[in-house]
Amino acid sequence: MFQAKEYVKPASLEEAYRLCQKRSSVVVGGMMWLKMETIRKQTIVDLSDLGLGEVRESEEEFQIGAMVTLRMLETDEGLNREFDGVFKECTRHIVGVQFRNGATVGGSVYGRFGFSDILTALLALDTEVELYHGGRMPLAEFAARPRQVTERDILTYVYVKKDKRKAAYLSERRTSTDFPLIACCGARTDWGWQFAVGARPGKAETVSFRVIDGWLERRTGKPCQAVEAQDTGWTKAAGLPQSEASGDAFAETLAGAAAASFIYGTNLTGSGTYRAYLAKVLLKRLILGLLAESGLAEGKEEER
Amino acid sequence: MKLEFQLNGKAVQTEIQADTLLLDLVRSLGCLSVKRGCETSNCGLCTVMVEGKPVLSCSVLAARVQGKRVFTLEGLQEEAEEAGRYLAQEGGEQCGYCSPGFLMNVLAMERELTDPDEDQIKEYLAGNLCRCSGYMSQLRAVKKYLNRKGEKGC
Repeated sequence: MFQAKEYVKPASLEEAYRLCQKRSSVVVGGMMWLKMETIRKQTIVDLSDLGLGEVRESEEEFQIGAMVTLRMLETDEGLNREFDGVFKECTRHIVGVQFRNGATVGGSVYGRFGFSDILTALLALDTEVELYHGGRMPLAEFAARPRQVTERDILTYVYVKKDKRKAAYLSERRTSTDFPLIACCGARTDWGWQFAVGARPGKAETVSFRVIDGWLERRTGKPCQAVEAQDTGWTKAAGLPQSEASGDAFAETLAGAAAASFIYGTNLTGSGTYRAYLAKVLLKRLILGLLAESGLAEGKEEER
Repeated sequence: MKLEFQLNGKAVQTEIQADTLLLDLVRSLGCLSVKRGCETSNCGLCTVMVEGKPVLSCSVLAARVQGKRVFTLEGLQEEAEEAGRYLAQEGGEQCGYCSPGFLMNVLAMERELTDPDEDQIKEYLAGNLCRCSGYMSQLRAVKKYLNRKGEKGC
């Protein structure tokens, strides 16, 4: 069982950060998983009083505080309007309403759990995280870092850019409230496509594609962010179907290339082979849905 | 440490440990309807309302309800009895172990959603596990309870 001797609700991030420099301190998010761990700590650091419990929207981006609950993501009108209901879809299967009223965005993202629907969804969007000490960085960069006991920073905000991308989310679960056995998020951007696949069962990773001269080009690692960064790191992934091909053939090729960008493993929930198969199916559905939304399902993906 | 909060409409002042969970606190204060069913944040039996929102009291630090209003089934007797009657009438009450947590979430749903359809009801109540009923009788009961004033005419 989780045990601690002292409870502190810091009045400033500086104080919270100072408290966290001790290995005997622990930051509590929603406590949904933490309370199941067998650990003994000296000090519980509660970030509830630091104004981190809100979703704020500006012209360029959403700022999501670390203490925003998953239920708030699920029901936030602005986020769901901008990203086509992705935030509702990636949260609504998580355990139950009561659980989602407790679990926090900060806990989900900082934990970098393999099963995280939240991490998967955010990785297909143009997302950054802000650490109190480490500053702002792309989520993909933060997510790729292994969790270490020496890591003592505090995640304060998650930022999602409003770059007009269209997004969609799908997951497969043994039962509706279980962990996902595969989780997929896809987005159609003004430079191409971005996908994230989680619960492989490894933590979510992202891949980007663009269409150039009848070829699909792939970019792994850091996703495309700025226009000037678009011309580096792309490699040919697959030839695209001829011009008479339907949206279905395009979706098949893109889904195959996207699904093949990740490594899948076996655990109690499912085998690696099964996961790889499901990933391609779900990604194809996402692509077809996104094409249909832009009226391209029957035509060829236009070249850029 | 000292804690002050409202439990079922009454001001409470008590001593807690830093790591006391809300579940254990409300039970120690006599609210025995709140149960620990699973220990894995999964079953919904420990559901209480904090500031009107349903939460898993097994996963909430007691210290976090400082100054807040907490309701358990003991504080919502009238509503709970009414909803409970529908549950019993439809055969949704078998061993009864999960009923308090289930009813708490039904009451929370009624406060949060306006005229929910079947899918919305199922989704809202998915986090309340029952190992006797198979959920069909509960779903019938919830629908009838929500429509008890007869607006839907069924």
